[in-house]
Amino acid sequence: MKVEFEVNGAAASVDVTPRMTLADCLRHELNLTGTHVGCEHGVCGACTVIVNGDAVRSCLMLAVQAQGAKVTTVEGLSLEEGLTPLQQSFKHHHALQCGFCTPGMLTTLHALLSEEPEASEDRIREVISGNICRCTGYVPIVEAAMDARASYQQARGDK
Amino acid sequence: MKPASHHNQNTYIGGHIERVEDYRFLRGEGQYLDDISRPGQWHAAFLRSPVAHGRIRNIDASAALAMPGVHAVVTASDIVGEIPTIPFRRPNPTIGPYAQPIIARDKVRYFGEPVAMVLADSAELAEDALNAVTLDIETLPPVIDRETAMSDKVLLFEHVQTNIPTVFNADKGDVDAAFAAADFVIRDQFYTQRQTALPMETRGLLAEWDAKLGKLSVSGAAKLPFFNRKAMAKMMSLPEEAVDYIELDVGGGFGARGEFYPEDYLVAFGARKYGHPVKWIEDRREHLMAIGHSRECSSDVELAFRKDGVLLGMRGSLYINIGAYVRPNGMTPVRNAAQFMSGPYRIPAIHLDAHAFVSNKTPAGTYRGPGRYEGCFFIERLMDQAAAGLGIDRLEIRRRNLLTHAEMPYPLATVLPSDGRAETQCDSGHHLEPFELVVKDSKWAEKAALQGKLIDGRYHGIAIGSFIEGGASGPQENVRMELHADGKVGLYAGSSAIGQGLETILSQIAADSLELPMDRIEVFHGSTNILKEGWGSFGSRATVMGGSAVLDGAKKFIAAFREHAARRLNVTIEEVTVSEGVARTADGRSVPLAEVAKDGINVDGSFKNQTPTYTYGSSFAHVAVDAGTGHVEVIDYVVADDVGRIINSMTLHGQVMGAAVQGFGSVFSEELVYNDEGQLMVGSLADYLVPLASDYPVVRCHSLENYPSPTNPLGAKGAGEGGIIPVGGVIANAVANALSSFGVKPNVLPLSPSRVWEMIEDARAKA
Repeated sequence: MKVEFEVNGAAASVDVTPRMTLADCLRHELNLTGTHVGCEHGVCGACTVIVNGDAVRSCLMLAVQAQGAKVTTVEGLSLEEGLTPLQQSFKHHHALQCGFCTPGMLTTLHALLSEEPEASEDRIREVISGNICRCTGYVPIVEAAMDARASYQQARGDK
Repeated sequence: MKPASHHNQNTYIGGHIERVEDYRFLRGEGQYLDDISRPGQWHAAFLRSPVAHGRIRNIDASAALAMPGVHAVVTASDIVGEIPTIPFRRPNPTIGPYAQPIIARDKVRYFGEPVAMVLADSAELAEDALNAVTLDIETLPPVIDRETAMSDKVLLFEHVQTNIPTVFNADKGDVDAAFAAADFVIRDQFYTQRQTALPMETRGLLAEWDAKLGKLSVSGAAKLPFFNRKAMAKMMSLPEEAVDYIELDVGGGFGARGEFYPEDYLVAFGARKYGHPVKWIEDRREHLMAIGHSRECSSDVELAFRKDGVLLGMRGSLYINIGAYVRPNGMTPVRNAAQFMSGPYRIPAIHLDAHAFVSNKTPAGTYRGPGRYEGCFFIERLMDQAAAGLGIDRLEIRRRNLLTHAEMPYPLATVLPSDGRAETQCDSGHHLEPFELVVKDSKWAEKAALQGKLIDGRYHGIAIGSFIEGGASGPQENVRMELHADGKVGLYAGSSAIGQGLETILSQIAADSLELPMDRIEVFHGSTNILKEGWGSFGSRATVMGGSAVLDGAKKFIAAFREHAARRLNVTIEEVTVSEGVARTADGRSVPLAEVAKDGINVDGSFKNQTPTYTYGSSFAHVAVDAGTGHVEVIDYVVADDVGRIINSMTLHGQVMGAAVQGFGSVFSEELVYNDEGQLMVGSLADYLVPLASDYPVVRCHSLENYPSPTNPLGAKGAGEGGIIPVGGVIANAVANALSSFGVKPNVLPLSPSRVWEMIEDARAKA
């Protein structure tokens, strides 16, 4: 069946089976392989994408449920070239090692900091507690998020 | 014009250098196994044994084969001749019969053992078809625990007549004399639970067969591409050159990913037999039952002391449940636990026997700090109990026994039967240094008053422990360095990347030794088509072994540059000096590196070394225990280690802190639970509880480089594993310290809330 939605600002129209997850649709039908699949049962958070402004596990959502939605993946968070302040902050704080959980961390934090640019350290830890990172021990991820808040505060101020 | 200065000091090594690999990962442009596809590829799914122990009566795949999109169902009967078994990385004389066949033919020996492989147009169709394969298995009594296994009443391998493949003996000095002379002996029993490494990317492979060229290509290599190529070629009866292992980005390794698994052969077998590319990516449930497990070890150990707290001897027995087969490095944790239990302590007399026994559980292998984490837990628990028994301060008893610089190199126990590394010695270091650093930074003196205190409903405890970490696994590493037309240097390394920042580390070392900016180094690694031979990333070796090979390659590269420049300038080689990518003569003429690209520079570098490095360090924990719920909060955790030479302080700290937090998972929550039938009760990440961001907010680390390793020109030591090694012992001792008023002994891991609560309740009931 056909599903139509917006991905990273562009219209997408995809033929999917009813059981296809949004994660598989993004990865295998739209070739947006930045969204990773780590558990397929909604625990690890690697597949997190932003659907209509909310961080959502794309392994727990069917592609057909995305009909008419605005979906943003890690590719959509990225600039043409270079790194966004959040990405730059991850690099600066060594908030990634193997890189597998990173897209989900970035989408989750982008959704959070867009809504709550003043989020406290505890709040950040609480929100990313739904994203498993096996490499870093989370300390540098939290530091990176704390540092990146300024750019979200500024973006809000600019509006 | 500013004269070119010859900078002879390092500019990148030792720095806090941001990683070169981050850019692609942060933009979602990493390329992991499941991100690649090939036209006409089939997908594999595995039918796995639903029982722990049984005899296969029949497999009927006819209904599956009739399903649309299903192309083949491969079973043992498709394999001509003997079923190949997976070769050992560290063979010893007795493990031969316990090797894992790549598919079960007559017997299944663990829940999850591959029985059949379905090949279909998509992963979904292949998985659907698994349900249509009828499997008739006669169930046999399962062997799950140590007692049953070691009684040999039910045998896993009838033709060998024992469930104990090997008993390793670790010996040093006269242990009986040491115990006879002792003023004080402490003895206890311990257990560390079964765990797994759990990389975030599950395993997967894409195999392609080129019938015209007779070549097999396997994408998704990790850890040991060259060893695995050899193994695959041998099992496939192909020449080694006919097999390539291609490394992509790898979503974590930690010792488990990248070993040769049964599925590796079967996926390649399918590609070769049917002439289609075959891709397989495991799901998380499959991952938990199929990737190597580790750490299931029980022990009975005693330490002998003089009355002043000086250690005289250690003896005891270890029992390691290695699961159903001996996998390529299945014996590593067993022999390591025996050899490294003495760790950072001066123990003149040792006898440990380490029994590996098979059971109907998933076969075990290595997980970060294999055997060392277990051994450190045992000895650190005993050290604290000895301090109490002798009436000596816990810091003081350690100070009296930690190794000093004057004693280096310091031999550890000899382990027999030999797997090639019977003897080893700590290479350099002064163990009191990181120890005192941790004592100071943790504010031990201030916190000492908290010991066992009940504050706001929680009992506080502190502890300190020390460790050694073996690194720089031999025998060799190779690189090739090639000058590209644009003046950049291609660095082709046999080391593999498993998320540890290899590209950055090797770029730093190459840039420093070639006196070029880092952005002129391009690193290619881990694939067998870029080098004739290489080794990989295991045993904390990539920096030391790969980095030292880069130094060798850089020397040759500069020599070749001088030679080309001399010819172009029409002078002798001796008249040319090279610095910062420019060759110069005394009279002011020069040739930049890019200019000699046409002449071609392509040199090989290598580093041979069979002598491991020993990073060492100490860690501290302050915990608060809620006696009502059994919950333990880690209030502070500090670790300090000396790594010989720091290449990149940022990635080093990343390794140490990441390993420490993994260790908290080991101590508190991760456990692969089996029931009495041998069914794995853990099927998802909702059951296998790894640390989350909200669990352990405070971890700090310090790194020293005061005692370079004499074993390699960098002076560096392995540093990927040390952070996890002391966590079990230190946390358990902190919990014991907090609960000292109850007299509990946390000798069994994990210290889950329920276990801590039960220990307290048992102690209360006895009181």
